[in-house]
Amino acid sequence: MQLNRSLSVLLLMLGLCFHAAGASAQSSGDEKLRPLIQALAGDNFDDTTKAVSDLVRTGDPRVSMILNALGAGDLYVTKADQTVFLGKREGADYAASDPLTGAKLDPVPRSAAEKIKVNNRLRRDIAAAIGGLTLMSDDIAERRSAAEAILKTRDPGSIPLLDQAIAAEKDAGVKALMQQAKAAAVLNSEATDEVKVAAIAEVSAGNSRDALGLLTPLESVGGPVGEAAKAAIASINSKLALWNGIQNIVYGLSLGSVLLLAAIGLAITFGVMGVINMAHGEMVMIGAYTTFVVQQIIRTSAPGLFDYSLLIALPAAFLVSGAVGVVIERGVIRFLYGRPLETLLATWGISLVLQQAIRSWFGASNVQVGNPSWMAGSFDLGLLTLTWSRLWIIVFSLSVFAILQLVLKKTMLGLRMRAVTQNRRMASSMGIRTPWVDALTFGLGSGIAGIAGVALSQIDNVSPNLGQGYIIDSFMVVVFGGVGNLWGTLVGAMSLGIANKFLEPFAGAVLGKIVVLVLIILFIQKRPRGLFALKGRAIEA
Amino acid sequence: MFNLPARFIGTLTAAAMGASLALPPAKAADDTIKVGILHSLSGTMAISETTLKDTMLFLIDEQNKKGGVLGKKLEAVVVDPASDWPLFAEKARQLIEQDKVAAVFGCWTSSSRKSVLPVFEELNSMLFYPVQYEGEESSRNVFYTGAAPNQQAIPAVDYLAKEEGVERWVLAGTDYVYPQTTNKILKAYLNAKGVKDEDIMINYTPFGQSDWQTIVSDIKKFGSTGKKTAVVSTINGDANVPFYKELANQGIKAEDIPVVAFSVGEEELAGLDTKPLVGHLAAWNYFQSVDADANAEFIKEWHAYTKNDKRVTNDPMEATYIGFNMWVKAVEAAGTTDSNAVIDTIVGTSVPNLSGGYATMMPNHHITKPVLIGEVQDDGQFDIVYQTPGLVVGDEWSDYLPGSKELISDWRKPMSCGNFNIASGKCGGVTN
Repeated sequence: MQLNRSLSVLLLMLGLCFHAAGASAQSSGDEKLRPLIQALAGDNFDDTTKAVSDLVRTGDPRVSMILNALGAGDLYVTKADQTVFLGKREGADYAASDPLTGAKLDPVPRSAAEKIKVNNRLRRDIAAAIGGLTLMSDDIAERRSAAEAILKTRDPGSIPLLDQAIAAEKDAGVKALMQQAKAAAVLNSEATDEVKVAAIAEVSAGNSRDALGLLTPLESVGGPVGEAAKAAIASINSKLALWNGIQNIVYGLSLGSVLLLAAIGLAITFGVMGVINMAHGEMVMIGAYTTFVVQQIIRTSAPGLFDYSLLIALPAAFLVSGAVGVVIERGVIRFLYGRPLETLLATWGISLVLQQAIRSWFGASNVQVGNPSWMAGSFDLGLLTLTWSRLWIIVFSLSVFAILQLVLKKTMLGLRMRAVTQNRRMASSMGIRTPWVDALTFGLGSGIAGIAGVALSQIDNVSPNLGQGYIIDSFMVVVFGGVGNLWGTLVGAMSLGIANKFLEPFAGAVLGKIVVLVLIILFIQKRPRGLFALKGRAIEA
Repeated sequence: MFNLPARFIGTLTAAAMGASLALPPAKAADDTIKVGILHSLSGTMAISETTLKDTMLFLIDEQNKKGGVLGKKLEAVVVDPASDWPLFAEKARQLIEQDKVAAVFGCWTSSSRKSVLPVFEELNSMLFYPVQYEGEESSRNVFYTGAAPNQQAIPAVDYLAKEEGVERWVLAGTDYVYPQTTNKILKAYLNAKGVKDEDIMINYTPFGQSDWQTIVSDIKKFGSTGKKTAVVSTINGDANVPFYKELANQGIKAEDIPVVAFSVGEEELAGLDTKPLVGHLAAWNYFQSVDADANAEFIKEWHAYTKNDKRVTNDPMEATYIGFNMWVKAVEAAGTTDSNAVIDTIVGTSVPNLSGGYATMMPNHHITKPVLIGEVQDDGQFDIVYQTPGLVVGDEWSDYLPGSKELISDWRKPMSCGNFNIASGKCGGVTN
């Protein structure tokens, strides 16, 4: 903190005289700066921190550039004579340049130099130092991160700087952030009580969670400041409690949509066809690996298309998993209709074979499936942090569900599928080739599992074990929702997701899962056919 | 037509079993010394253990180039216990009784070690166990070359408290024996250092947890009291990626709430999008980025052996390297591969480690190690930010747990006891 305070005051002066600094002043500053830069390569972090503050104290405009390089880990020191240089990896050497003048130096072999170590604490200090410099930057993103850095360090020394920046700021969002940062800094300073109470009001208007962090230490202060802090904390806490409920529902929907994705293919193969398909998880896994292969091809041949890689992977995964499904149905399952125990064993065997095949082919380690830029990051909705990947998965799983409903209700294939599952003999007498309908139905279920794999590759590991994690949950959802009913699967997945999320904060993740399982067992006792039981003669067959 | 299903199931079962079949042991020959390798090559743990099997084959190959041991060539016997704990015991028995191996190198999870322990004690053979574990165990027949909690967890907590000024702690782990015991020790340690209970949050998740939304948002809440907060993670391999992704997605950076992990190494990071992890920490006794001649040499030869210069090295590999070299040195000193002779000789044996120092086998069958803290870099390697000034001796019975405080282990004669109670002066102070 001490460092930050002195640092930013100096940086203010430095920023003001930035343009005034002439070339002659720079060359005379060189001799002064050199030993300080040398000192960056200290034995421990405390030495380096001290060197950073000394450097800032010189007020040389080139300091920010040097600190930036240090923070990015681009400063190295030679082992032989301890010379600090700006390095860049180039084969077995570092392409070296002078950190001060930028003049090119002889390349240094990798083994002859050491990186100047930077840890999280040092990086924070550097960010704060640079933050002071970039508050007046022309780039809005830089100004924003500068304000964020000060909000984190709460350095009272930067209040004059912030005042200046707030006056000049045009963007409302950044301005609000700067005001927050200023209020936070004021709370950390020796200001009078009235000023601080006003700052508390300012702080508690912003992001409540950060505000809690700022206000909690003040609670014990006493006097008007302590009172104001207490009141603000109480009002924030009551607001948070309400948002907690909303958060549980949203997180539950998101977990539910993952369950829905994993289970929806099974709702076809197990729910509609009645095949206990233990290899369902592996269809999901194959879909995820297809995504990996598609991304691999895009990376090598058309890197510009990377943001569309998931869209390309969707049909590919559907076709690959679907084809594997058809092969399994034609090759194994069709001989086992009506014998659930054998089907269970055979499909379990298939799942082991598929896992080991993938393991031998791609290796046992996880493979890297990248997130396209539109899937990364998060946004705030009120006091709720929602990640884009989760939101897309909710949207995606609901659309898959809708499309599947359409296929079943509105297409010829869907009609035949329903006919065959309801009354196989009658359908057969009507001229429907039931074996092919079976194969296509199984292929459809498997293909949808493959599509689920594309989505799950974004939030989970892609490894040969991917499918195993979902198979139990999938069966749970289908059985709970009611076998043979897609709507049941939807409602089942969502209610399990939400129940899980409401239980988790009280019971913990492990116990929460157990409680859900017990509840399902009790529910099945009461309603053996699940939430939405199919009625009619078809069931008895 | 009706025979088909049976035949199909037969084929399938055969295929499924093929996955877990052992490599056939090579012909028995008197002029070789057999070494057993007991690592899962299929199932969930294959992701971590396959590399150690390769490491052993590599080390045996290197040793044979140097002329083997006692003038005989070494011969590897590889079996696959398929991530199935009872199968570990079966395979261990097979290695010792049928294949007559001189020593076994293997196991990863504590469950697998606990499963084979009685077999090794019954048949009086030797197991070299190369993975960090929770401690609270010492066996005459097992040599623990991975880290005990005081060689990994405690120095990591010290680093965070001193260098990052952490005052609030989240102990997050997967729900099984290693995280639970480690967290118990850490909590006792933190309490002893004056950290109050309300500043410690303990959270367990099932294996393969993939939905971290609630937990990460809880951590965020826990960390927003104005005190510097850190997460100490004993989360098991596979669940880590979604955890770090969720942290990054919810905007928690390493500078805000750093995570120090005990199960995330180079091998786990290989083939991962490391962007969300940059700046987070890991504590090990070895990193591939260690700047030492022995390490550079080892990596070069490993790349040459695997014909792949992208293959990473990691901490359990170093532990395997140390364990293997200790065994070789002890066998040569004893002049025989007989278990009793080697077990007596190996205590006190020193061999070079890969970070430029030496590892010594202590009387408690644990070894001395330096402790390193590294920050994840975007290339999947670690930038070492801290190293203990000296070597740390593995402490099998934690000094911070009631009941285990009074116990020590010393397998030298005449004590020869794994749980000597210094309070009562008797061996077997606590039934364990």
